[in-house]
Amino acid sequence: MNIPADLKYTSSHEWVHIEADGTLTVGITDHAQDLLGDLVFVELPEVGKDLAAGQETCVVESVKAAADVYAPVAGTVTAVNEAVVDAPESVNQDAYAAWLFKLAPANAADLAGLLDAAGYKAAVDAA
Amino acid sequence: MLKTTVLNAAHRSLGARMVDFGGWDMPVHYGSQIEEHHAVRRDCGMFDVSHMCAVDAVGPDVKPFLLRLIANNVEKLKTPGKALYSAMLNEAGGVVDDLIVYYLSDSHYRLVINAGTTDKDLDWMAARLGDWRLDVTLTPLRLGPKAVGMIAVQGPKAKARVWEVLPEVKNATEHLGPFFGVQVGQLFIATTGYTGEDGFEITIPAAKAEALWNALLAAGVKPCGLGARDTLRLEAGMNLYGQDMDETVSPLDAGLAWTVDLKSERDFVGKAALVAHGQKWQFLGLKLLDKGVLRAHQKVTTARGEGEITSGSFSPTLEVSIALARLPLGVAIGDTVQVDIRGKRLNALVTQPVFVRHGKGLI
Repeated sequence: MNIPADLKYTSSHEWVHIEADGTLTVGITDHAQDLLGDLVFVELPEVGKDLAAGQETCVVESVKAAADVYAPVAGTVTAVNEAVVDAPESVNQDAYAAWLFKLAPANAADLAGLLDAAGYKAAVDAA
Repeated sequence: MLKTTVLNAAHRSLGARMVDFGGWDMPVHYGSQIEEHHAVRRDCGMFDVSHMCAVDAVGPDVKPFLLRLIANNVEKLKTPGKALYSAMLNEAGGVVDDLIVYYLSDSHYRLVINAGTTDKDLDWMAARLGDWRLDVTLTPLRLGPKAVGMIAVQGPKAKARVWEVLPEVKNATEHLGPFFGVQVGQLFIATTGYTGEDGFEITIPAAKAEALWNALLAAGVKPCGLGARDTLRLEAGMNLYGQDMDETVSPLDAGLAWTVDLKSERDFVGKAALVAHGQKWQFLGLKLLDKGVLRAHQKVTTARGEGEITSGSFSPTLEVSIALARLPLGVAIGDTVQVDIRGKRLNALVTQPVFVRHGKGLI
């Protein structure tokens, strides 16, 4: 299972990269794309949208199923990756490069609640 | 405990992702469902369909039994080997299962029924035999020396690849018409399928199935899972039992009127209910005009009232989302309707319910 050590995770299979300026780049994990299979549709959130922690933010759909992507912490959407809308398969090819949205967290302290790579692996193994 | 087919180890050694399908541990894909789909449309792919159950129906009363049991008319089967697709109905006219019946001789027919409905179907048929006091023996080809495996090889190159691997069957199968089966030695080879492409469904003694699978694999036939099987049959406009119809749905409302013989005097289970109720819904295709993916159970709003999607997905061949839907009478091909997807109303075009045949888009 590909779980990079330099990222943070949620038990709902989002990965989070904490940028130098404190914004969060969010995508779905390699394990999530593997479970979903070939992605064919990505619906991104609107820039400027305020999200509660765990709120449904956007949707990725594979040939076989639709899956919600959740906000890892509370915050405001600052950017979205339009390139994945035109190429949903890029998430299958490299889930950690094909980010979905960027989030300005409401409280930096909330980041302490995210999982590290070992914690995420344990969550997946337990499922 | 999930049931396994004789090819289970072969799937696992190919790294298949396995799922529970109607109680069976089956491959959903071996890496990429879309690549498997394209292989069948453009070249050749194979599916393990051993979870479906072949049932030999043998005895002096087998024809009267089938004339009464199923909605299509086995009188249409005049030539040994000819196959017929039919629904088997309950008294209310709902679909107990859909099946293929092969006419082998006047005292021997072979049925192929769905995996998830096998036990129910066998009980249903045994009960009807008891009610009608007919002399027919039903033998599922599942266990013991009669156990079989079934491999569907589908695609424009399917027949050529099968003949490469099994040159001894070429003469007997080269001129086989559509929807025919023929026994060649220990193999029963039929020109049936569930993809809208050419190909064969091969029934083989269970002990020999894995060797055939591996020989086809070595010949370049791509293993394909149930995921691709579902998008292929959806594009081909073929119904899936349990999704497009079930015991509560009339075949007339599920696009299966062409398989129901109401013209002859023959009586069959469910006929009275079909005649009394008639057709209440149309079964048509949808093509999504906006971005998104159509899925089963989404509501469809039309000028004639509401309908429902019964099967929907992304079409890898057409690169748009398509669906089969039960729509109100009066809705016409070419109409634009709205589909409710997560609270948004997206536009879809009503189409005929066959989207792709022999690799070509029809809509």
